[in-house]
Amino acid sequence: MARVIIQILIIAAVTALLRFLPFWVFPEGRRRPRVIAYLGTVLPYAMMAMLVVYCLRGVTILGGSHGLPELLAVAAVVGLHLWRRNTLLSVFGGTAVYMFLVQVVFA
Amino acid sequence: MDKKALPGRAIRSTLPVMAGYLALGIGFGVLMHSKGYGVGLTALMSLIIYAGSMQYVAVDLLGAGAGLLSTALMTLMINARHFFYGLSMLDKYAGMGKARGYLIFALTDETYSLLCTAQSEPRAYYLLVSLLDHCYWVTGSVLGGLLGMALPFDTTGVDFAMTALFVVIFVEQWLSAPRHAPALLGLGLAAGCLLVFGPERFLIPAMIAITTALGLLRRKWEPSWARAARQEQAESTEVRHG
Repeated sequence: MARVIIQILIIAAVTALLRFLPFWVFPEGRRRPRVIAYLGTVLPYAMMAMLVVYCLRGVTILGGSHGLPELLAVAAVVGLHLWRRNTLLSVFGGTAVYMFLVQVVFA
Repeated sequence: MDKKALPGRAIRSTLPVMAGYLALGIGFGVLMHSKGYGVGLTALMSLIIYAGSMQYVAVDLLGAGAGLLSTALMTLMINARHFFYGLSMLDKYAGMGKARGYLIFALTDETYSLLCTAQSEPRAYYLLVSLLDHCYWVTGSVLGGLLGMALPFDTTGVDFAMTALFVVIFVEQWLSAPRHAPALLGLGLAAGCLLVFGPERFLIPAMIAITTALGLLRRKWEPSWARAARQEQAESTEVRHG
């Protein structure tokens, strides 16, 4: 049990360290290299794209349902969002489509 | 913006995260329960680690009795992306006062995705969104730990809410970005690294590749990007005052 607690504390500490590190390396009010300011403006776009890929990393194109439920559900999310531009509708609508596809159609 | 509407606005914007966090949190709680860990330990992890995918991996690490060094290294590998979130929040979180420490601690993938796109919101909004997301996560995992396997309905696929949220934010960014190149670059390099390194190992190479490529393209992109951003700002101020 003690070992488990220590493991949990280590995971928490390393996670927090990673979150705080950029703020320690580039403290408030200090001049920052211009490249960091530039990265701050362009990184969010690239990171969000990476997160989408990260969420879909488990999709198998060659086997199983060939990634069709994911493809259709992502298309539903994009379509709904371009149509109404309502985040809640897009997220819940897309999730409902996905749940229907994996529980009923591709079950 | 209307100050009164602030709590409502924060709750509204976090609703997709609520769906995802409750689902993923319950999943985590059920997993902990199935490995014989008590709900107290589950709550502790969600409270102080507060990193979704890492906590799923942690269940394995705890069960396998992994060494302390390998536990630390594994955490470093899986959560390295948080360093990059911080990099792009440096300016936003400047001048946040006492709340800053908590805001940085609570910067998960989902909270980052909501807050990196927030425009001209007061400090309380950032704090409220961060707090709400944290509450959803702890609530979900405690529920899962208590319910065990006895969920009354088939929740298969509900965790797609997270993917859907990221896709929505990607689309929003796409519509508002002065240039699409960084998003396309992120998409291409992440997909490429996924093909080369496989689903469990692609994240770190992808982040290094993305940051390096963005850095190398700076001379080419920075001037036009800054110009476009200035123009955008001028236009949105015009609209606001017009």
